[in-house]
Amino acid sequence: MKKKRIGAVLYIGICFLFFYLPIVVTMIYSFNSSKSLTRFESFSLRWYENLFTNGEIMNAVYVSVTIALLATAISTILGTLTAIGLSKSRRILKELIINVNNIPIMNPDIVTAISLMILFSSLKMEKGYLTMLLAHIAFCTPYVITSVYPKVRNLDPNLANAAMDLGATPFQALTKVILPMLKEGIYAGILLAFTMSFDDFVISYFVTGNGVSNISIIVYNMTKRTNPTINALSTLVILVIVITLVFVQVIPLLARRKREQGEALAEMGEINEIDGMQKEERI
Amino acid sequence: MKQFVKLVRPYMVWLVVMVIVPLLLIVLYSVTTGGNDLVNIQFTLDNFKKMTEPIYVAVFVKSFQLGLISVGICLVAGYILAYLITLFSERVQGLLILFVTIPMWINTLLRTYAWICLLSDNGIINTVLGLFGIEPVSMMYTDFAVILGLVSDLLPFMVIPIHTSLCKIDHSLHEAAMDLGANRFQTFWRVTFKLSIPGVLNGIIMTFLLSISTFVIPKLLGGGQYMLIGNLVETQFISVGDWNFGSAISVILAFIILIAITCMKRIDKEEIEEE
Repeated sequence: MKKKRIGAVLYIGICFLFFYLPIVVTMIYSFNSSKSLTRFESFSLRWYENLFTNGEIMNAVYVSVTIALLATAISTILGTLTAIGLSKSRRILKELIINVNNIPIMNPDIVTAISLMILFSSLKMEKGYLTMLLAHIAFCTPYVITSVYPKVRNLDPNLANAAMDLGATPFQALTKVILPMLKEGIYAGILLAFTMSFDDFVISYFVTGNGVSNISIIVYNMTKRTNPTINALSTLVILVIVITLVFVQVIPLLARRKREQGEALAEMGEINEIDGMQKEERI
Repeated sequence: MKQFVKLVRPYMVWLVVMVIVPLLLIVLYSVTTGGNDLVNIQFTLDNFKKMTEPIYVAVFVKSFQLGLISVGICLVAGYILAYLITLFSERVQGLLILFVTIPMWINTLLRTYAWICLLSDNGIINTVLGLFGIEPVSMMYTDFAVILGLVSDLLPFMVIPIHTSLCKIDHSLHEAAMDLGANRFQTFWRVTFKLSIPGVLNGIIMTFLLSISTFVIPKLLGGGQYMLIGNLVETQFISVGDWNFGSAISVILAFIILIAITCMKRIDKEEIEEE
């Protein structure tokens, strides 16, 4: 059994090396003082300096971040409201919407991308920031719905009625009763939407224009020659994504531990109180 | 309660404008000619006929070939990985699966760029080989580089569904098979593997779909001359400007995907019925 374990660990290790080695190497060479991608000469932040003084790149960072935030906010609101409405809709309508909603998830990115590109040019919309934002909302919202809708289905259908019987307006029933119960699904949706939008290349590449580029497009245009500045940029992007993921995985764990700790402390407090009382009695 | 029904309406409009109409536009473009403006269009099937020209047939054949090879490698490597992960305790499994999923969240473009640093002629692999006195090997712009890029991009999509279906298998079935006299191999082949087939099929379909529609990986690792279906669509829209032909290829691509997804749904349904 033990021998088998060693083999398993070895194989899993090799697979993880395969996944992570290129990423780690890119990160290491972003701190290289020379332009070489093979010889590590000495540690320097030269490429990060380059990065932050390069107006084009900083502009792309601005575009990526603002579009990701806006698209996440809008698609979360749109998706959550739709998911709530969906559970109350007629069966045929529900199935129709869910099926159409699945199209952008199932379709290859490139098909979604060109379909939107054709749409925007048919509408004579100027390609740029706005078209990119609309496209991002279009591909993020379906993911929000697929993560929120199952939670809505698990809700007791009488909850909203109960709240309204007790005098809540429909709006209050929504914000005070239903939304808090969907928290988990909404957080999952936010996470998905943000990372998908922040990371998107294919769709942004086709629907943008007039020099508006996000980080991925800049990287794509710069890869024709290896350039350590891209290493620095991709290190930062990967860090943002990984930190977001770890944050999301770890926060619930920490919260639980805090609660457990709190409970333990409370118990200890009780014991202390009892001790104190006993002492007082003795006095 | 009825008030909430109205909440669906904005999204219905949105879906029509941003999903249904664009798809219809692709179909419309694919069966017409007359430039990219839709002013003087004429219906024709020439765009589909054009695909039977040898250069384009070659592109399709090459895409399927590379797709199948990468899916095959992913299947073997991914199955072993998924199986080995199930040997660990539940806690460790969760952690390992998290490590398998993290690369899925990182942009394909950035991970492919990372491979360039390793594979290029004066890259790290060649430097290491040089230390052992081995002549530098030219790896960039070859099938090898493209397949490597595809496998590293797709492997998680194979591991996750297989791991999910392996986890569902009741452990007492293995014991039962062993008790009834099956040896290790028989137990694996006739019990474990058979029960994990839905996950395997899901993994195969997912990875195959992703592999035939990619254009970033072949472009970066295969070079500008390298043409797969995705690249063909990209060039038609970005550099050549023949939107009609590009749309026709996308329609075919979407059609392949549709068939694959129908298969996937059927597998899931059968699985649910069995349960």
